[in-house]
Amino acid sequence: MSHDHSLNPETMPSEPEKATQEGKNKFIGFWFFLGGETVLFAALFGTYIALRNSTADGPTANELFGLELVFIMTILLLTSSLTSVYAMYHLKNNDFKKMQLWLGITAILGFSFLACEIYEFTHYITEFGFTFRSSAFGSAFYALVGFHGGHVTFGMAWLIALMLRNAKRGLNLYNAPKFYVFSLYWHFIDVVWVFIFTVVYLMGKVG
Amino acid sequence: MSTAASQKRGFGTVLWDYLTTVDHKKIAHLYLFGGGFFFLLGGLEALAIRIQLLQPENDFVSAGFYNEILTMHGTTMIFLAAMPLIFAIMNAVVPLQIGARDVAFPFLNSLGFWLFLFGGLLLNCSWFLGGAPDAGWTGYVPLSITSPGHGVDFYVMGLQIAGAGTLIGGINFLATIVTMRAPGMTYMRMPLFSWTTFITSILILFAFPALTVGLFLLMFDRMFGSAFFDVGLGGNAIIWQHLFWIFGHPEVYILILPLFGVFSEVISTFSKKRLFGYTAMVFATILIAFLGFMVWAHHMFAVGLGPVANSIFSLATMAIAVPTGIKIFNWLATMWGGRITINSAMLWTLGFIPTFTIGGMTGVMVASVVADYQYHDSYFVVAHFHYVIVGGTVFGIFAALHYWWPKMFGRVLNEAMGKLTFWTFFIGFHLTFFIQHFLGLMGMPRRYWTYLEGQQLDLGNQISTVGAFFMAFGVIVFVINAIYTAVKGEKAADDPWDGRTLEWSIASPPAHYNFKQMPLVRGLDALWIEKMEGKGRLTPAEPLGDIHMPNSSFLPFMMSLGLFIAGLGFIYQVNYNWAYILLFGGMAIMLGSMLARSLKDDHGYHIPKDELEREVD
Amino acid sequence: MADNTNSKDVNPFQKQKNKEEMQKQLITFALMIVFTIIAFVVVAAGVMDSMFVIPILLILAVVQVGFQFYYFMHLKDKGHDMPAVMIYGGIWAALLTLAGLGVITWW
Repeated sequence: MSHDHSLNPETMPSEPEKATQEGKNKFIGFWFFLGGETVLFAALFGTYIALRNSTADGPTANELFGLELVFIMTILLLTSSLTSVYAMYHLKNNDFKKMQLWLGITAILGFSFLACEIYEFTHYITEFGFTFRSSAFGSAFYALVGFHGGHVTFGMAWLIALMLRNAKRGLNLYNAPKFYVFSLYWHFIDVVWVFIFTVVYLMGKVG
Repeated sequence: MSTAASQKRGFGTVLWDYLTTVDHKKIAHLYLFGGGFFFLLGGLEALAIRIQLLQPENDFVSAGFYNEILTMHGTTMIFLAAMPLIFAIMNAVVPLQIGARDVAFPFLNSLGFWLFLFGGLLLNCSWFLGGAPDAGWTGYVPLSITSPGHGVDFYVMGLQIAGAGTLIGGINFLATIVTMRAPGMTYMRMPLFSWTTFITSILILFAFPALTVGLFLLMFDRMFGSAFFDVGLGGNAIIWQHLFWIFGHPEVYILILPLFGVFSEVISTFSKKRLFGYTAMVFATILIAFLGFMVWAHHMFAVGLGPVANSIFSLATMAIAVPTGIKIFNWLATMWGGRITINSAMLWTLGFIPTFTIGGMTGVMVASVVADYQYHDSYFVVAHFHYVIVGGTVFGIFAALHYWWPKMFGRVLNEAMGKLTFWTFFIGFHLTFFIQHFLGLMGMPRRYWTYLEGQQLDLGNQISTVGAFFMAFGVIVFVINAIYTAVKGEKAADDPWDGRTLEWSIASPPAHYNFKQMPLVRGLDALWIEKMEGKGRLTPAEPLGDIHMPNSSFLPFMMSLGLFIAGLGFIYQVNYNWAYILLFGGMAIMLGSMLARSLKDDHGYHIPKDELEREVD
Repeated sequence: MADNTNSKDVNPFQKQKNKEEMQKQLITFALMIVFTIIAFVVVAAGVMDSMFVIPILLILAVVQVGFQFYYFMHLKDKGHDMPAVMIYGGIWAALLTLAGLGVITWW
């Protein structure tokens, strides 16, 4: 694909994210990166599983967690996953405005999730005195959920930068892979959250 | 930097060129110089260890300093010497072997190098800032938690940064091999070095995240007061051992598999034969990688995991001997009946086979749980892993350098000096480490600062130290050889060894776009096929056209510098509030550079067709 | 791909295909929400023994994640062989890591 073609928004193939060699590389490389991220989160999950009962006489998982907030957070993140699917749908239809709209909704949902998480953490710290330093369980909990939260934060910054940078010029073969790769990242964050709400919160409640 | 082009330019231009380059061939040079520097540093540390152990109750270095030296020797050799030198060879060779103009992510390739370099520098800053890490290269908790001063903090931050660089490098090679192969270059036509690079990169991808997490936990415990390893608050020290070895065992295969590829290339070229059992070699590599992930707990036999877990890991470990054996026999069978040329590259390869076999044999010995209780933490283990890592990795790196030096620098290394290096290093190596098996069996523990008289350990240690100096001599000769070659060396032909693979079909050193036209690959040993059919060169797969090339960038350097500064900030924020300036400043530089990279389009540039046509003449 | 690069509008066939794909995504999403609700309800009701609940929760999570990968991230589509290999490789390494840390850390 030649240079000029890649910048022309009037022409868009059916899979714009993979139409150029650079796009193909990004697509493949990012999937591989997610393979590595799988192991990264597995190591954090493993640490959490090993230390989940090491409460050092502090509050236990069952005492701490409230299902309502976690349910809301789960729905927020799952929905944001769907909205980013919508954004990719419009990317493939070469409809930039609608894509930006759905990405905007994704961002709002992402920020709401983060707000809930910050509220949750402050709640644990102020109400229960449950901190990163209070027990091995606390360290493992904040490390795992915090790493996920850090990924969400980074994803938000990434998304905002992408949306603002390309707001004026629309889609082309140079930025389509960037949007696509972001959506992969965002789905992966959702995948991790599915295991977090299952293993940390629900299983924490069950005991 | 012996290329003709660079000699005409000023020093400043060359420096700036290398600081900003995204060309895989120049990044290979950078990795070679960076890794080579740390290899010499690690070698000095090794000599200090051997001098200290020359005689009983020696006090050449103090006990505390000895701990720092041995920790840094291991850490430096694994992370800062062996890995980057392997990356140097991969960068120099893989894109050429698969017929690509560059790697998939030239920018990330450069970032990977600078992260490694700044990580290594940060780690070594510790020497001047209150003492180096002293908890062993494995950094076992609780020792690494309780170690006073900032030594272990430098270990954590340095390895974290260098490790990120390695992960990036691994992903880059994976994507390169998947998406950038020349027309006709199917997976089963790839030269074995490209195959082993591919498998190694998979191991990097899945192993390094475990180290990343382990280092984070250690960092949190040391710098932010968390309790992962604090038994008083319910922590567990075994978690570190698991995470470290889930990374650490695949890591030793990361260190050896690429060199298996190198030996396959060297043996096949200098035996003038197609590699025997190519398919078996590929699948043996895959099998080693697969099994390599399931054996990490054999480093933890003495921890007390229980007989069931120990037996499982013991069996899995012994199973690895099977694919490795397949490889050894295939190499021998390749040489069988071949027209063998013995030069430096081939000597290193021939030296490797028996040496590595001994290392593999002791490997099976230590894989047996009951016997391992005797060998554990003794010099037997030290001897074992030096036989595989030096006998495999270092021999392999030397073989690769002699073999590909013409392609990397356009000059052939001096043969006489090459042979001198091999013989002194080879003899020195066996002097140093063979005797250590027996020292270990006699009960000498590893990592001890000194030993007492009258325990029959004196003679063995003396022999070992003498051997170390032979090795040092060999390395010095190699360095002289490299410098001599750069100044007066014989200019290399495009195909000095009558090679079989694509890299020998282009100029030495190659033009910065590698291939003017993408070659059409018609089978394994693509160049050899064309030679046998009388043509001698590859058919182009495309008409001559514009070539798209990536732009150079200074941002990788800035990102890595930012992380380096932030690393210092993380280390010192424990004691001083001003360190937060470093922490946030460094992160700002890093994130700012990332943002700049993201916001500014980088479409690369084109080399126009007529310019390429002019170059023909 | 050259045939559909000529107009700003994606060709009708492709558009229809995208639309059908999107409908599948919506069904996927509905199923994911249902699974999530089942998981939360099972725990909130608290009527079942934990020996029984935990496998159910894990199965629900795995199925849901399968949906994410195969539908939302298009792992089912062609051209995703290598991504699938790497994700399964990652999952394999992840399982080993979890087994190591979960089973042989305390005794």
